[in-house]
Amino acid sequence: MSTRDDIVVIGLGGDGRGDDAAGLEVVRRLRGRLSSSVVIVESAGDPAQLVEAWTGARLAVVIDAVSSGAAPGTVHRRTGVEGGPSWHGSSHSFGLADAVDLGRVLGRMPAQLVVIGVEGGDFTIGAPITPPVLSAIDALVRELEERFRQDSP
Amino acid sequence: MTHKTITVGGLSRVEGEGALLVRARDGRIEDLELRIYEPPRFFEALLRGRSYTEPPDITARICGICPVAYQMSACQAIEAACGVEVTGPLRDLRLLLYYGEWIESHTLHVYLLHAPDFLGYDSGIAMAADHRDLIQQGLALKKAGNDLVAAIGGRPIHPVNVRVGGFYRVPSRRELAPAAERLRRAREIALRTVSWVAGFDFPDVEHGYRFLALRHPGEYAILSGALITSDGGSFGVREWPEHVIEEQVPHSTALHARLDGSPGYLVGPMARYSLNSAQLSPLAREAAAAAGLGPACRNPFLSIVVRAVEIVHACDEALRIIDDLAEPDAPYVPVEPRAATGHGASEAPRGTLYHRYRIDADGLIGEADIVPPTSQNQARIEADLRHLIEPRLDLPEEELATLCERAIRNHDPCISCSAHFLHLHVDSR
Repeated sequence: MSTRDDIVVIGLGGDGRGDDAAGLEVVRRLRGRLSSSVVIVESAGDPAQLVEAWTGARLAVVIDAVSSGAAPGTVHRRTGVEGGPSWHGSSHSFGLADAVDLGRVLGRMPAQLVVIGVEGGDFTIGAPITPPVLSAIDALVRELEERFRQDSP
Repeated sequence: MTHKTITVGGLSRVEGEGALLVRARDGRIEDLELRIYEPPRFFEALLRGRSYTEPPDITARICGICPVAYQMSACQAIEAACGVEVTGPLRDLRLLLYYGEWIESHTLHVYLLHAPDFLGYDSGIAMAADHRDLIQQGLALKKAGNDLVAAIGGRPIHPVNVRVGGFYRVPSRRELAPAAERLRRAREIALRTVSWVAGFDFPDVEHGYRFLALRHPGEYAILSGALITSDGGSFGVREWPEHVIEEQVPHSTALHARLDGSPGYLVGPMARYSLNSAQLSPLAREAAAAAGLGPACRNPFLSIVVRAVEIVHACDEALRIIDDLAEPDAPYVPVEPRAATGHGASEAPRGTLYHRYRIDADGLIGEADIVPPTSQNQARIEADLRHLIEPRLDLPEEELATLCERAIRNHDPCISCSAHFLHLHVDSR
Protein backbone atom coordinates (compact mmCIF):
# COMPACT_ATOMS: atom_id res chain seq x y z
CA MET A 1 0.00 0.00 0.00
CA SER A 2 1.25 3.48 -0.84
CA THR A 3 1.41 6.43 1.46
CA ARG A 4 -0.56 9.60 0.83
CA ASP A 5 2.37 11.29 -0.89
CA ASP A 6 3.22 8.52 -3.28
CA ILE A 7 2.98 8.45 -7.01
CA VAL A 8 2.36 5.05 -8.53
CA VAL A 9 3.15 4.22 -12.14
CA ILE A 10 1.45 1.00 -13.22
CA GLY A 11 2.18 -0.89 -16.42
CA LEU A 12 -0.68 -3.17 -17.40
CA GLY A 13 -0.39 -5.94 -19.94
CA GLY A 14 0.62 -9.40 -20.99
CA ASP A 15 3.97 -10.66 -22.23
CA GLY A 16 4.30 -12.68 -25.37
CA ARG A 17 1.24 -11.26 -27.09
CA GLY A 18 2.73 -8.57 -29.28
CA ASP A 19 1.70 -5.01 -28.43
CA ASP A 20 -0.22 -6.22 -25.38
CA ALA A 21 3.04 -5.78 -23.46
CA ALA A 22 3.29 -2.02 -24.19
CA GLY A 23 2.37 -0.91 -20.65
CA LEU A 24 4.71 -3.45 -19.05
CA GLU A 25 7.53 -2.40 -21.34
CA VAL A 26 7.16 1.26 -20.40
CA VAL A 27 7.43 0.65 -16.65
CA ARG A 28 10.24 -1.89 -17.04
CA ARG A 29 12.28 0.73 -18.87
CA LEU A 30 11.47 3.28 -16.17
CA ARG A 31 12.85 1.12 -13.35
CA GLY A 32 15.74 2.81 -11.58
CA ARG A 33 15.20 6.03 -13.50
CA LEU A 34 12.51 7.72 -11.39
CA SER A 35 12.48 9.50 -8.06
CA SER A 36 12.52 7.12 -5.10
CA SER A 37 9.04 8.25 -4.06
CA VAL A 38 7.56 6.86 -7.29
CA VAL A 39 6.38 3.28 -6.96
CA ILE A 40 6.55 1.17 -10.14
CA VAL A 41 4.14 -1.73 -10.53
CA GLU A 42 3.67 -4.36 -13.25
CA SER A 43 0.23 -5.89 -13.51
CA ALA A 44 -1.57 -8.48 -15.64
CA GLY A 45 -4.83 -6.65 -14.89
CA ASP A 46 -5.88 -8.33 -11.65
CA PRO A 47 -8.28 -5.74 -10.11
CA ALA A 48 -7.33 -6.68 -6.55
CA GLN A 49 -3.67 -6.03 -7.28
CA LEU A 50 -4.44 -2.69 -8.98
CA VAL A 51 -6.53 -1.50 -6.03
CA GLU A 52 -3.79 -2.60 -3.65
CA ALA A 53 -1.17 -0.76 -5.72
CA TRP A 54 -2.90 2.62 -5.92
CA THR A 55 -4.62 2.78 -2.54
CA GLY A 56 -3.63 6.02 -0.83
CA ALA A 57 -1.53 7.34 -3.70
CA ARG A 58 -1.88 11.00 -4.60
CA LEU A 59 -1.45 10.12 -8.27
CA ALA A 60 -1.67 6.83 -10.15
CA VAL A 61 -0.63 6.63 -13.79
CA VAL A 62 -1.76 3.47 -15.57
CA ILE A 63 -0.26 2.62 -18.96
CA ASP A 64 -2.03 -0.03 -21.03
CA ALA A 65 -2.37 -1.23 -24.59
CA VAL A 66 -5.67 -0.32 -26.27
CA SER A 67 -7.49 -1.38 -29.39
CA SER A 68 -9.87 1.34 -30.56
CA GLY A 69 -9.24 1.30 -34.30
CA ALA A 70 -6.83 4.26 -34.27
CA ALA A 71 -3.42 4.01 -35.93
CA PRO A 72 -1.00 1.73 -34.03
CA GLY A 73 1.21 3.78 -31.73
CA THR A 74 -1.45 6.45 -31.12
CA VAL A 75 -1.40 7.53 -27.47
CA HIS A 76 -4.75 8.12 -25.72
CA ARG A 77 -5.09 9.84 -22.34
CA ARG A 78 -7.86 9.98 -19.77
CA THR A 79 -7.78 11.80 -16.47
CA GLY A 80 -9.92 11.70 -13.35
CA VAL A 81 -11.67 9.01 -11.39
CA GLU A 82 -15.13 10.54 -11.17
CA GLY A 83 -17.77 10.91 -13.83
CA GLY A 84 -17.52 7.39 -15.20
CA PRO A 85 -14.95 7.78 -17.95
CA SER A 86 -15.13 5.08 -20.57
CA TRP A 87 -12.48 2.51 -19.86
CA HIS A 88 -13.50 0.27 -22.71
CA GLY A 89 -10.99 -0.06 -25.47
CA SER A 90 -8.19 -0.89 -23.08
CA SER A 91 -7.03 -4.38 -23.88
CA HIS A 92 -7.34 -5.11 -20.17
CA SER A 93 -10.44 -2.97 -19.82
CA PHE A 94 -12.15 -5.68 -17.83
CA GLY A 95 -9.42 -5.62 -15.19
CA LEU A 96 -9.00 -1.84 -15.15
CA ALA A 97 -12.72 -1.06 -15.20
CA ASP A 98 -13.26 -3.57 -12.40
CA ALA A 99 -10.37 -2.12 -10.44
CA VAL A 100 -11.88 1.38 -10.72
CA ASP A 101 -15.28 0.08 -9.60
CA LEU A 102 -13.77 -1.95 -6.77
CA GLY A 103 -11.60 0.96 -5.66
CA ARG A 104 -14.61 3.27 -5.58
CA VAL A 105 -16.75 0.81 -3.63
CA LEU A 106 -14.00 0.27 -1.07
CA GLY A 107 -12.99 3.93 -0.91
CA ARG A 108 -9.55 2.96 -2.16
CA MET A 109 -8.95 5.17 -5.19
CA PRO A 110 -5.91 7.35 -5.74
CA ALA A 111 -6.54 11.08 -5.40
CA GLN A 112 -5.93 11.34 -9.13
CA LEU A 113 -5.91 8.67 -11.83
CA VAL A 114 -4.40 9.11 -15.28
CA VAL A 115 -4.82 6.34 -17.85
CA ILE A 116 -2.49 6.34 -20.83
CA GLY A 117 -3.50 3.98 -23.64
CA VAL A 118 -1.11 2.93 -26.37
CA GLU A 119 -2.93 1.80 -29.50
CA GLY A 120 -1.68 -1.66 -30.43
CA GLY A 121 -1.49 -3.11 -33.91
CA ASP A 122 -0.69 -6.78 -33.33
CA PHE A 123 -1.83 -8.86 -30.34
CA THR A 124 -0.87 -12.26 -31.78
CA ILE A 125 0.65 -14.77 -29.36
CA GLY A 126 4.42 -14.84 -29.79
CA ALA A 127 4.52 -11.67 -31.90
CA PRO A 128 7.07 -8.98 -31.04
CA ILE A 129 6.04 -5.41 -30.16
CA THR A 130 5.50 -3.57 -33.46
CA PRO A 131 7.70 -0.59 -34.53
CA PRO A 132 5.02 2.15 -34.13
CA VAL A 133 4.26 0.91 -30.62
CA LEU A 134 7.97 0.77 -29.79
CA SER A 135 8.24 4.43 -30.84
CA ALA A 136 5.28 5.33 -28.62
CA ILE A 137 6.91 3.42 -25.74
CA ASP A 138 10.15 5.37 -26.23
CA ALA A 139 8.27 8.67 -26.19
CA LEU A 140 6.29 7.74 -23.08
CA VAL A 141 9.40 6.62 -21.22
CA ARG A 142 11.05 9.97 -22.00
CA GLU A 143 7.94 11.89 -20.96
CA LEU A 144 7.39 10.01 -17.69
CA GLU A 145 11.07 10.09 -16.80
CA GLU A 146 11.11 13.82 -17.33
CA ARG A 147 7.94 14.27 -15.31
CA PHE A 148 8.79 12.04 -12.36
CA ARG A 149 12.53 12.46 -12.08
CA GLN A 150 11.85 15.14 -9.50
CA ASP A 151 9.79 14.51 -6.40
CA SER A 152 6.71 16.28 -7.69
CA PRO A 153 5.06 16.00 -11.08
CA MET B 1 -42.55 -30.84 -29.24
CA THR B 2 -40.60 -28.13 -27.42
CA HIS B 3 -37.14 -26.91 -28.24
CA LYS B 4 -34.93 -24.94 -25.98
CA THR B 5 -31.55 -23.45 -26.79
CA ILE B 6 -29.45 -21.83 -24.11
CA THR B 7 -26.38 -19.99 -25.21
CA VAL B 8 -24.11 -18.64 -22.52
CA GLY B 9 -21.92 -16.24 -24.41
CA GLY B 10 -19.26 -14.36 -22.43
CA LEU B 11 -19.29 -16.23 -19.19
CA SER B 12 -18.46 -13.82 -16.42
CA ARG B 13 -16.16 -14.34 -13.47
CA VAL B 14 -13.99 -16.95 -15.11
CA GLU B 15 -10.45 -16.35 -16.34
CA GLY B 16 -10.61 -15.81 -20.08
CA GLU B 17 -13.34 -16.10 -22.68
CA GLY B 18 -15.57 -18.88 -23.87
CA ALA B 19 -19.20 -19.86 -24.47
CA LEU B 20 -21.72 -22.50 -23.62
CA LEU B 21 -24.37 -23.85 -25.95
CA VAL B 22 -27.15 -26.15 -24.76
CA ARG B 23 -29.83 -27.58 -27.09
CA ALA B 24 -32.76 -29.39 -25.52
CA ARG B 25 -35.83 -31.05 -26.99
CA ASP B 26 -38.79 -32.54 -25.05
CA GLY B 27 -37.03 -32.22 -21.73
CA ARG B 28 -33.83 -33.94 -22.85
CA ILE B 29 -30.50 -32.39 -23.66
CA GLU B 30 -29.44 -33.17 -27.20
CA ASP B 31 -26.30 -31.12 -27.33
CA LEU B 32 -24.14 -29.47 -24.72
CA GLU B 33 -20.93 -27.79 -25.74
CA LEU B 34 -18.57 -25.71 -23.69
CA ARG B 35 -16.93 -23.65 -26.42
CA ILE B 36 -13.44 -22.41 -25.97
CA TYR B 37 -11.61 -20.01 -28.28
CA GLU B 38 -8.01 -18.90 -28.62
CA PRO B 39 -5.39 -21.43 -29.65
CA PRO B 40 -3.03 -22.26 -26.75
CA ARG B 41 -1.04 -24.72 -28.80
CA PHE B 42 0.80 -21.80 -30.27
CA PHE B 43 3.05 -21.88 -27.25
CA GLU B 44 4.09 -25.45 -27.98
CA ALA B 45 5.01 -24.41 -31.52
CA LEU B 46 6.79 -21.35 -30.16
CA LEU B 47 9.01 -23.53 -27.98
CA ARG B 48 10.36 -25.68 -30.81
CA GLY B 49 13.94 -24.76 -31.67
CA ARG B 50 14.38 -22.70 -28.48
CA SER B 51 16.96 -23.46 -25.80
CA TYR B 52 16.14 -25.90 -22.96
CA THR B 53 16.63 -23.01 -20.54
CA GLU B 54 13.73 -20.98 -21.98
CA PRO B 55 10.47 -22.86 -21.22
CA PRO B 56 10.14 -21.60 -17.62
CA ASP B 57 10.02 -18.00 -18.90
CA ILE B 58 8.06 -18.60 -22.08
CA THR B 59 5.37 -20.84 -20.59
CA ALA B 60 4.93 -18.55 -17.56
CA ARG B 61 3.36 -16.12 -20.02
CA ILE B 62 0.51 -18.49 -20.88
CA CYS B 63 -1.34 -17.49 -17.72
CA GLY B 64 -1.31 -14.29 -15.65
CA ILE B 65 -2.91 -16.13 -12.72
CA CYS B 66 -0.71 -19.21 -12.43
CA PRO B 67 2.70 -18.49 -13.99
CA VAL B 68 4.50 -20.32 -11.16
CA ALA B 69 2.69 -23.56 -11.98
CA TYR B 70 3.94 -23.32 -15.57
CA GLN B 71 7.47 -22.58 -14.40
CA MET B 72 7.52 -25.48 -11.95
CA SER B 73 6.16 -28.09 -14.37
CA ALA B 74 8.52 -26.82 -17.10
CA CYS B 75 11.62 -26.84 -14.86
CA GLN B 76 10.92 -30.34 -13.59
CA ALA B 77 10.31 -31.73 -17.09
CA ILE B 78 13.61 -30.30 -18.36
CA GLU B 79 15.52 -31.38 -15.27
CA ALA B 80 14.09 -34.90 -15.68
CA ALA B 81 15.31 -34.95 -19.29
CA CYS B 82 18.77 -33.88 -18.12
CA GLY B 83 18.87 -36.36 -15.25
CA VAL B 84 18.81 -33.75 -12.46
CA GLU B 85 16.57 -33.60 -9.42
CA VAL B 86 16.32 -30.42 -7.37
CA THR B 87 16.12 -31.24 -3.67
CA GLY B 88 16.69 -29.73 -0.21
CA PRO B 89 16.41 -25.98 0.40
CA LEU B 90 15.99 -25.21 -3.32
CA ARG B 91 12.99 -27.51 -3.47
CA ASP B 92 11.66 -25.86 -0.30
CA LEU B 93 11.94 -22.45 -1.96
CA ARG B 94 10.04 -23.76 -4.97
CA LEU B 95 7.30 -25.00 -2.66
CA LEU B 96 7.20 -21.63 -0.96
CA LEU B 97 6.82 -19.80 -4.26
CA TYR B 98 4.09 -22.21 -5.31
CA TYR B 99 2.17 -21.76 -2.03
CA GLY B 100 2.25 -18.01 -2.68
CA GLU B 101 0.55 -18.60 -6.02
CA TRP B 102 -2.05 -20.92 -4.49
CA ILE B 103 -2.91 -18.25 -1.90
CA GLU B 104 -3.26 -15.54 -4.58
CA SER B 105 -5.25 -17.61 -7.04
CA HIS B 106 -7.58 -19.35 -4.57
CA THR B 107 -8.28 -16.11 -2.66
CA LEU B 108 -9.22 -14.30 -5.86
CA HIS B 109 -11.64 -17.08 -6.75
CA VAL B 110 -13.14 -17.53 -3.29
CA TYR B 111 -13.74 -13.83 -2.54
CA LEU B 112 -14.29 -12.06 -5.85
CA LEU B 113 -15.47 -14.76 -8.26
CA HIS B 114 -17.22 -17.55 -6.36
CA ALA B 115 -18.66 -16.06 -3.13
CA PRO B 116 -20.98 -13.66 -5.05
CA ASP B 117 -22.81 -16.77 -6.36
CA PHE B 118 -23.73 -17.80 -2.84
CA LEU B 119 -24.58 -14.34 -1.55
CA GLY B 120 -26.73 -13.41 -4.53
CA TYR B 121 -24.57 -10.80 -6.26
CA ASP B 122 -23.80 -10.38 -9.94
CA SER B 123 -20.18 -9.58 -9.26
CA GLY B 124 -17.52 -9.30 -6.61
CA ILE B 125 -17.79 -5.53 -6.91
CA ALA B 126 -21.53 -5.50 -6.22
CA MET B 127 -20.80 -7.73 -3.24
CA ALA B 128 -18.02 -5.41 -2.06
CA ALA B 129 -20.48 -2.53 -1.77
CA ASP B 130 -22.41 -4.42 0.93
CA HIS B 131 -19.51 -6.37 2.45
CA ARG B 132 -16.59 -3.96 2.49
CA ASP B 133 -14.83 -5.49 5.47
CA LEU B 134 -15.04 -8.98 4.02
CA ILE B 135 -13.57 -7.91 0.70
CA GLN B 136 -10.84 -5.92 2.46
CA GLN B 137 -10.03 -9.06 4.40
CA GLY B 138 -9.86 -11.04 1.12
CA LEU B 139 -7.54 -8.44 -0.41
CA ALA B 140 -5.23 -8.66 2.62
CA LEU B 141 -5.14 -12.45 2.31
CA LYS B 142 -4.40 -12.27 -1.39
CA LYS B 143 -1.67 -9.70 -0.77
CA ALA B 144 0.13 -12.19 1.48
CA GLY B 145 0.32 -14.53 -1.52
CA ASN B 146 1.47 -11.73 -3.85
CA ASP B 147 4.19 -10.72 -1.39
CA LEU B 148 5.47 -14.28 -1.10
CA VAL B 149 5.63 -14.65 -4.89
CA ALA B 150 7.38 -11.29 -5.20
CA ALA B 151 9.87 -12.10 -2.40
CA ILE B 152 11.00 -15.32 -4.09
CA GLY B 153 10.04 -14.82 -7.72
CA GLY B 154 11.40 -11.30 -8.00
CA ARG B 155 8.08 -9.76 -9.00
CA PRO B 156 4.40 -10.57 -8.47
CA ILE B 157 3.50 -11.39 -12.08
CA HIS B 158 5.56 -13.51 -14.43
CA PRO B 159 8.26 -14.17 -11.82
CA VAL B 160 11.72 -13.68 -13.31
CA ASN B 161 13.87 -15.32 -10.67
CA VAL B 162 13.09 -18.94 -11.64
CA ARG B 163 15.54 -20.91 -13.76
CA VAL B 164 16.11 -24.52 -14.70
CA GLY B 165 17.96 -26.01 -11.69
CA GLY B 166 16.68 -23.50 -9.14
CA PHE B 167 16.83 -19.69 -8.95
CA TYR B 168 19.01 -16.87 -10.20
CA ARG B 169 19.21 -15.50 -6.69
CA VAL B 170 18.04 -16.90 -3.38
CA PRO B 171 16.35 -14.56 -0.89
CA SER B 172 17.88 -14.39 2.58
CA ARG B 173 15.89 -15.31 5.67
CA ARG B 174 15.82 -11.63 6.52
CA GLU B 175 14.31 -10.77 3.16
CA LEU B 176 11.57 -13.32 3.78
CA ALA B 177 10.73 -11.94 7.24
CA PRO B 178 8.13 -9.36 6.10
CA ALA B 179 6.38 -11.98 3.94
CA ALA B 180 6.36 -14.35 6.93
CA GLU B 181 4.85 -11.68 9.16
CA ARG B 182 2.07 -11.10 6.66
CA LEU B 183 1.55 -14.87 6.33
CA ARG B 184 0.94 -15.19 10.07
CA ARG B 185 -1.93 -12.73 9.80
CA ALA B 186 -3.05 -14.35 6.55
CA ARG B 187 -3.32 -17.74 8.23
CA GLU B 188 -5.78 -16.27 10.73
CA ILE B 189 -7.80 -14.73 7.90
CA ALA B 190 -7.71 -18.05 6.03
CA LEU B 191 -9.19 -19.83 9.05
CA ARG B 192 -11.97 -17.23 9.26
CA THR B 193 -12.52 -17.66 5.52
CA VAL B 194 -13.17 -21.38 5.94
CA SER B 195 -15.78 -20.72 8.65
CA TRP B 196 -17.38 -17.99 6.53
CA VAL B 197 -17.77 -20.01 3.32
CA ALA B 198 -18.79 -23.17 5.21
CA GLY B 199 -21.90 -21.26 6.29
CA PHE B 200 -23.15 -20.75 2.72
CA ASP B 201 -26.22 -22.51 1.42
CA PHE B 202 -25.08 -25.33 -0.87
CA PRO B 203 -27.24 -27.04 -3.49
CA ASP B 204 -27.59 -30.71 -2.63
CA VAL B 205 -25.72 -32.21 -5.58
CA GLU B 206 -23.17 -35.01 -5.77
CA HIS B 207 -21.42 -36.33 -8.84
CA GLY B 208 -19.66 -39.68 -9.24
CA TYR B 209 -16.36 -38.02 -10.06
CA ARG B 210 -13.31 -39.90 -11.20
CA PHE B 211 -10.47 -37.90 -9.68
CA LEU B 212 -6.86 -37.55 -10.82
CA ALA B 213 -4.15 -35.81 -8.77
CA LEU B 214 -0.53 -36.10 -7.80
CA ARG B 215 0.37 -37.88 -4.59
CA HIS B 216 3.65 -37.35 -2.79
CA PRO B 217 4.83 -39.64 0.03
CA GLY B 218 5.79 -36.76 2.32
CA GLU B 219 3.36 -33.93 1.65
CA TYR B 220 -0.04 -32.86 0.30
CA ALA B 221 1.22 -32.97 -3.28
CA ILE B 222 1.71 -29.66 -5.02
CA LEU B 223 5.17 -29.64 -6.58
CA SER B 224 5.73 -33.28 -7.54
CA GLY B 225 4.66 -36.87 -6.98
CA ALA B 226 3.08 -39.74 -8.89
CA LEU B 227 -0.38 -39.67 -10.40
CA ILE B 228 -3.19 -41.50 -8.64
CA THR B 229 -6.86 -41.88 -9.49
CA SER B 230 -9.90 -42.38 -7.31
CA ASP B 231 -10.53 -45.80 -8.87
CA GLY B 232 -7.22 -47.15 -7.62
CA GLY B 233 -4.98 -46.40 -10.60
CA SER B 234 -1.49 -45.00 -10.27
CA PHE B 235 1.30 -44.15 -12.67
CA GLY B 236 4.52 -42.18 -12.79
CA VAL B 237 4.72 -38.75 -14.43
CA ARG B 238 6.84 -40.20 -17.26
CA GLU B 239 4.01 -42.63 -18.08
CA TRP B 240 1.56 -39.75 -18.57
CA PRO B 241 1.41 -40.06 -22.39
CA GLU B 242 0.33 -43.70 -22.10
CA HIS B 243 -2.58 -42.78 -19.81
CA VAL B 244 -3.77 -39.34 -20.84
CA ILE B 245 -4.66 -38.87 -24.49
CA GLU B 246 -5.85 -35.52 -25.81
CA GLU B 247 -8.20 -35.26 -28.73
CA GLN B 248 -9.59 -32.45 -30.83
CA VAL B 249 -13.30 -31.75 -30.52
CA PRO B 250 -14.95 -29.58 -33.16
CA HIS B 251 -16.52 -27.00 -30.82
CA SER B 252 -13.38 -26.03 -28.92
CA THR B 253 -9.85 -24.88 -29.63
CA ALA B 254 -8.78 -26.59 -26.40
CA LEU B 255 -8.17 -30.32 -26.63
CA HIS B 256 -10.29 -32.74 -24.59
CA ALA B 257 -8.38 -35.27 -22.49
CA ARG B 258 -9.18 -38.95 -21.90
CA LEU B 259 -7.78 -40.86 -18.95
CA ASP B 260 -7.17 -44.54 -19.73
CA GLY B 261 -9.69 -44.34 -22.54
CA SER B 262 -12.53 -42.56 -20.71
CA PRO B 263 -13.32 -38.87 -20.89
CA GLY B 264 -14.70 -36.82 -18.04
CA TYR B 265 -12.25 -37.15 -15.16
CA LEU B 266 -11.62 -34.27 -12.78
CA VAL B 267 -8.43 -32.57 -11.59
CA GLY B 268 -8.19 -29.65 -9.16
CA PRO B 269 -8.92 -28.88 -5.50
CA MET B 270 -11.73 -31.45 -5.10
CA ALA B 271 -9.56 -34.18 -6.64
CA ARG B 272 -6.57 -33.27 -4.47
CA TYR B 273 -8.66 -33.04 -1.35
CA SER B 274 -10.53 -36.28 -1.98
CA LEU B 275 -7.36 -38.23 -2.72
CA ASN B 276 -4.95 -36.65 -0.24
CA SER B 277 -6.88 -34.89 2.55
CA ALA B 278 -5.10 -37.00 5.21
CA GLN B 279 -1.86 -35.20 4.25
CA LEU B 280 -3.12 -31.65 4.86
CA SER B 281 -1.46 -29.78 7.72
CA PRO B 282 -3.11 -30.51 11.11
CA LEU B 283 -4.54 -26.98 11.19
CA ALA B 284 -6.04 -27.34 7.71
CA ARG B 285 -7.47 -30.76 8.63
CA GLU B 286 -9.08 -29.27 11.73
CA ALA B 287 -10.54 -26.43 9.68
CA ALA B 288 -11.93 -28.91 7.14
CA ALA B 289 -13.51 -31.03 9.86
CA ALA B 290 -15.03 -27.97 11.56
CA ALA B 291 -16.43 -26.91 8.18
CA GLY B 292 -18.17 -30.26 7.86
CA LEU B 293 -16.08 -31.62 4.98
CA GLY B 294 -15.64 -35.38 5.08
CA PRO B 295 -12.47 -37.08 3.82
CA ALA B 296 -13.69 -36.62 0.21
CA CYS B 297 -15.82 -34.00 -1.55
CA ARG B 298 -18.13 -34.76 -4.47
CA ASN B 299 -20.40 -31.70 -4.37
CA PRO B 300 -18.83 -29.21 -6.79
CA PHE B 301 -20.52 -26.27 -5.02
CA LEU B 302 -18.47 -27.16 -1.92
CA SER B 303 -15.27 -26.58 -3.89
CA ILE B 304 -15.22 -23.07 -2.38
CA VAL B 305 -14.76 -24.65 1.07
CA VAL B 306 -12.04 -26.95 -0.26
CA ARG B 307 -10.19 -23.96 -1.76
CA ALA B 308 -10.44 -22.11 1.56
CA VAL B 309 -9.01 -25.16 3.35
CA GLU B 310 -6.17 -25.29 0.82
CA ILE B 311 -5.41 -21.63 1.56
CA VAL B 312 -5.05 -22.50 5.26
CA HIS B 313 -2.74 -25.36 4.31
CA ALA B 314 -0.68 -23.11 2.01
CA CYS B 315 -0.24 -20.41 4.70
CA ASP B 316 0.56 -23.01 7.34
CA GLU B 317 3.09 -24.93 5.25
CA ALA B 318 4.71 -21.76 3.91
CA LEU B 319 5.29 -20.58 7.47
CA ARG B 320 6.72 -23.97 8.47
CA ILE B 321 9.12 -23.87 5.51
CA ILE B 322 10.27 -20.32 6.28
CA ASP B 323 10.88 -21.25 9.93
CA ASP B 324 12.99 -24.29 8.97
CA LEU B 325 14.62 -22.89 5.84
CA ALA B 326 18.31 -23.67 5.43
CA GLU B 327 20.54 -21.58 3.18
CA PRO B 328 21.23 -23.51 -0.04
CA ASP B 329 24.90 -23.95 -1.06
CA ALA B 330 24.18 -22.31 -4.41
CA PRO B 331 21.08 -20.69 -5.91
CA TYR B 332 20.81 -23.46 -8.52
CA VAL B 333 22.23 -26.82 -9.44
CA PRO B 334 23.89 -27.02 -12.87
CA VAL B 335 21.74 -28.68 -15.52
CA GLU B 336 23.62 -29.85 -18.64
CA PRO B 337 21.61 -30.76 -21.72
CA ARG B 338 21.54 -34.24 -23.21
CA ALA B 339 19.40 -35.82 -25.90
CA ALA B 340 16.36 -37.04 -23.98
CA THR B 341 12.68 -36.53 -23.27
CA GLY B 342 11.57 -35.29 -19.85
CA HIS B 343 8.18 -35.17 -18.16
CA GLY B 344 7.08 -32.86 -15.35
CA ALA B 345 3.81 -32.40 -13.48
CA SER B 346 2.71 -30.23 -10.60
CA GLU B 347 -0.57 -29.17 -9.02
CA ALA B 348 -1.54 -25.76 -10.39
CA PRO B 349 -4.29 -24.06 -8.34
CA ARG B 350 -6.81 -25.48 -10.85
CA GLY B 351 -5.30 -28.97 -11.06
CA THR B 352 -2.58 -31.13 -12.53
CA LEU B 353 -0.42 -29.36 -15.11
CA TYR B 354 1.77 -31.63 -17.25
CA HIS B 355 4.73 -30.63 -19.45
CA ARG B 356 6.89 -32.78 -21.72
CA TYR B 357 9.98 -31.68 -23.66
CA ARG B 358 12.19 -33.53 -26.09
CA ILE B 359 15.61 -31.89 -26.29
CA ASP B 360 18.70 -32.71 -28.34
CA ALA B 361 22.33 -32.97 -27.19
CA ASP B 362 22.80 -29.21 -27.78
CA GLY B 363 19.81 -28.39 -25.59
CA LEU B 364 17.47 -27.36 -28.38
CA ILE B 365 13.80 -28.26 -27.97
CA GLY B 366 12.51 -30.62 -30.66
CA GLU B 367 9.03 -31.10 -29.24
CA ALA B 368 6.91 -29.67 -26.42
CA ASP B 369 3.59 -30.81 -25.00
CA ILE B 370 1.57 -28.95 -22.35
CA VAL B 371 -1.63 -30.32 -20.81
CA PRO B 372 -3.33 -27.67 -18.64
CA PRO B 373 -5.94 -28.50 -15.99
CA THR B 374 -8.88 -26.78 -17.63
CA SER B 375 -8.69 -28.76 -20.85
CA GLN B 376 -8.63 -31.93 -18.75
CA ASN B 377 -11.73 -30.78 -16.86
CA GLN B 378 -13.67 -29.52 -19.84
CA ALA B 379 -15.52 -32.77 -20.61
CA ARG B 380 -16.28 -33.22 -16.90
CA ILE B 381 -17.65 -29.69 -16.62
CA GLU B 382 -19.95 -30.50 -19.55
CA ALA B 383 -21.10 -33.64 -17.70
CA ASP B 384 -21.76 -31.61 -14.52
CA LEU B 385 -23.89 -29.21 -16.55
CA ARG B 386 -25.82 -32.01 -18.20
CA HIS B 387 -26.66 -33.67 -14.86
CA LEU B 388 -27.51 -30.40 -13.20
CA ILE B 389 -29.78 -28.85 -15.80
CA GLU B 390 -31.54 -31.76 -17.49
CA PRO B 391 -33.94 -32.24 -14.53
CA ARG B 392 -34.40 -28.45 -14.35
CA LEU B 393 -35.11 -27.56 -17.98
CA ASP B 394 -38.49 -26.13 -16.92
CA LEU B 395 -36.85 -23.35 -14.92
CA PRO B 396 -37.05 -19.85 -16.40
CA GLU B 397 -34.20 -19.39 -18.83
CA GLU B 398 -32.50 -16.67 -16.87
CA GLU B 399 -32.40 -18.88 -13.81
CA LEU B 400 -31.12 -21.78 -15.88
CA ALA B 401 -28.37 -19.68 -17.43
CA THR B 402 -27.31 -18.46 -13.96
CA LEU B 403 -27.18 -22.05 -12.76
CA CYS B 404 -25.02 -23.01 -15.76
CA GLU B 405 -22.60 -20.21 -14.99
CA ARG B 406 -22.42 -21.27 -11.36
CA ALA B 407 -21.78 -24.89 -12.32
CA ILE B 408 -18.91 -23.80 -14.55
CA ARG B 409 -17.46 -21.42 -11.96
CA ASN B 410 -17.41 -24.24 -9.39
CA HIS B 411 -14.38 -25.53 -11.28
CA ASP B 412 -12.65 -22.13 -11.61
CA PRO B 413 -11.83 -22.79 -15.24
CA CYS B 414 -8.83 -20.90 -16.48
CA ILE B 415 -9.53 -20.58 -20.12
CA SER B 416 -6.50 -18.34 -20.52
CA CYS B 417 -4.48 -21.48 -19.93
CA SER B 418 -6.45 -23.99 -21.92
CA ALA B 419 -7.66 -21.31 -24.33
CA HIS B 420 -9.96 -18.32 -23.66
CA PHE B 421 -13.55 -18.05 -22.23
CA LEU B 422 -17.33 -17.38 -22.45
CA HIS B 423 -20.54 -15.01 -23.79
CA LEU B 424 -24.27 -15.50 -22.31
CA HIS B 425 -27.30 -15.31 -24.47
CA VAL B 426 -30.49 -17.23 -23.85
CA ASP B 427 -32.65 -18.24 -26.74
CA SER B 428 -35.58 -20.64 -26.66
CA ARG B 429 -38.28 -21.81 -28.99
